[in-house]
Amino acid sequence: MHAPSAFTLERRDLIGIEGLSAAEILGLLDLAEEFVDLNRQIEKKRTTLRGRTQINLFFEASTRTQASFEIAGKRLGADVMNMSVGTSSVKKGETLIDTAMTLNAMHPDILVVRHHASGAVALLARKVDCCVVNAGDGAHEHPTQALLDALTIRRNKGRIQGLTVAICGDVLHSRVARSNMLLLSTLGARVRVVAPSSLLPAGIEQYGVEVHRSMESGLADADIVMMLRLQRERMAGSFIPSVKEYFHYFGLDEAKLHHARPDALVMHPGPMNRGVEIDSAVADGPRSLIREQVEMGVAVRMAVLDALARKLPNA
Amino acid sequence: MRETGRAVPPPLMLVHARIVDPSRGSDFHGDLFVSDGIIRDAAFGLAAGGIPDGAEVVDCRGAVVAPGLVDMRAFIGEPGAEHRETLASASHAAAAGGVTTIVCQPDTDPPVDDPAIVDFILRRARDTAVVRIHPMATVTKGRRGEEMTEIGLLQAAGAVAFTDGARSLASAQVLRRALTYARDFDALIAHHTEDATMSVGAMNEGAFASRLGLPGIPKSAETIVLERDLRLVAGTRGRYHAASLTCAESLDVLARAKEQGLPVSAAASINHLCFNERDIGEYRTFFKVSPPLRAEDDRQALVRALASGLIDVVVSDHNPQDVEVKRLPFAEAEPGAIGIETLLSAALRLVHSDEVDLVNLLRALSTRPAELLGLRAGTLRPGAPADIVVFDLDQAWVLDPAQLKSRSRNTPFDEARMTGRVLRTLVAGRTVYEYV
Repeated sequence: MHAPSAFTLERRDLIGIEGLSAAEILGLLDLAEEFVDLNRQIEKKRTTLRGRTQINLFFEASTRTQASFEIAGKRLGADVMNMSVGTSSVKKGETLIDTAMTLNAMHPDILVVRHHASGAVALLARKVDCCVVNAGDGAHEHPTQALLDALTIRRNKGRIQGLTVAICGDVLHSRVARSNMLLLSTLGARVRVVAPSSLLPAGIEQYGVEVHRSMESGLADADIVMMLRLQRERMAGSFIPSVKEYFHYFGLDEAKLHHARPDALVMHPGPMNRGVEIDSAVADGPRSLIREQVEMGVAVRMAVLDALARKLPNA
Repeated sequence: MRETGRAVPPPLMLVHARIVDPSRGSDFHGDLFVSDGIIRDAAFGLAAGGIPDGAEVVDCRGAVVAPGLVDMRAFIGEPGAEHRETLASASHAAAAGGVTTIVCQPDTDPPVDDPAIVDFILRRARDTAVVRIHPMATVTKGRRGEEMTEIGLLQAAGAVAFTDGARSLASAQVLRRALTYARDFDALIAHHTEDATMSVGAMNEGAFASRLGLPGIPKSAETIVLERDLRLVAGTRGRYHAASLTCAESLDVLARAKEQGLPVSAAASINHLCFNERDIGEYRTFFKVSPPLRAEDDRQALVRALASGLIDVVVSDHNPQDVEVKRLPFAEAEPGAIGIETLLSAALRLVHSDEVDLVNLLRALSTRPAELLGLRAGTLRPGAPADIVVFDLDQAWVLDPAQLKSRSRNTPFDEARMTGRVLRTLVAGRTVYEYV
């Protein structure tokens, strides 16, 4: 095994992509590449985080992200504990800050936090002494998802700069979209969002993205088609009329994918709603990177944990 | 109405006509030639240049030839209340009134909130109606005001606009989202501007209602909703149409929105242009309409707004009701009046009183609604479908309700004197009504 890069993040926490420089993003991606190789070996263990305690504090249900952070921490040698707070003390009335203070008293080194409220992770980070990684807060940011998406794109296309990436679907409620718009723009991709007007946030222009309201124009000449998950409670009548109509106009099927470049690749942060935002034939087809995204997720999270841990006291 | 399965009508030359085409602002004497269901030409001396073989010649003797009327707001009982009106009976009433396109409201049972029902109406219209019928679909599922309908798929099925008909959307958020979503499809949302909590009364609020002892509906019930809506339009830029305005205050609000360049249009019903609350007299329920008839000042303001173009469209607000729901104490009676058959003759009152120019009136009855709905109608341009009304501007007559073609008889023009009569109505070049 070759020596890991000496890259460090000049910050204690990773709350969002906002504020990261292109150099920092690329440094994380390079570091993640090393872990991709490591993860494909039989011996996947490092000792970088030996002795460290990592708590995955999930106020919102998650399977894949929590599992991904857990594996990432364990492969780096940390002691990882999962807390699904949605089902425990919050129900008993404990506030976010109380929970944070309680955990802080146990001297964790890394807190990985997901919360349904935008800004909750940043609030919590101000109250604890350890480093905090945002695993998704409300409709604000999901930085490790954007990093793993970028890594997946770079490995398949060799670059990010100059690519046309179409982010399609429920941009309004999507932290994945926000983090991706920031990251991809920072790295020089041409970013488009494709959605019905009712699923676009006000002032979307601030992200420097092109806005399209039809898949045909939005996917034209796209290198990457990135689908977003439509939350079930938003499917019928409030933001869009119905699943049927949504799939008809915005669901990615072979016909719509045909508008993209012939070598365009398809991504989805998961979990997918088959037949809502994406057709099974596309999701499981030869142009789908969806499973590779999951693999890259572990590597990127190892890179983030590793890079942050290097700045911890006593490191 | 489509032409499938029917013989192509013979060519037709309308001669000695006063040809009024509001789509071009033209009004001249001449002849108009129709073949294969299409207007071929209209010009002075056209017939003198030769009449094509086999063409039927109709001498209009100075009668007006104008685009067939497009009635943007008509309630028809099919499906669900065929005893009041069917697509077929409404179409015969329309033809007799010079209306060649009916835009039916989705207040049916079941409501038009699913593409299959749009398809049903279009098929029934094709098979049974003598004029063109286009449905509006609902904005919300079941007209419940909660969840928006499949605006894209309904439009693709043939819905020409979206409205909850005679029901107002209480939720600003629902309307806001619908306007936002509909904008992507360039779809028009038509709204009945009347706050439900303030419109539980029976007639216009005021001294006359108080004397009759009837609960009143204030004008602010309309103006508040209109103001709210237009702020939503300013934020969303969705195309919006006020389905039936009734009072001067609303016109001020509308004028401001138009000055700001908002994508806004508005209609007034023939009832509100011809009558005021006093016509209710001794509790005459045929004058109970929704929104209610207002004061004479309001009626005059509407007429002026029509003349100036502030009011875009005149609608019949045709709403057939049977005696079971009309022969009741005023407050308990259903609102609604039939009007599709009398729409043109009644509207011509405003021309004869010199309040509205004939071209402007016909524009509001044909060209403008066709533009708003994206229909190929409301014009006599060569190449346009030959949907045409021929009417005698000056013929005087008295309305006999027994002669009306509608299945219902609830006309407020009962035994009214009319000046101006439809002589002939053509749809796609075929004569669907002829006064004999």
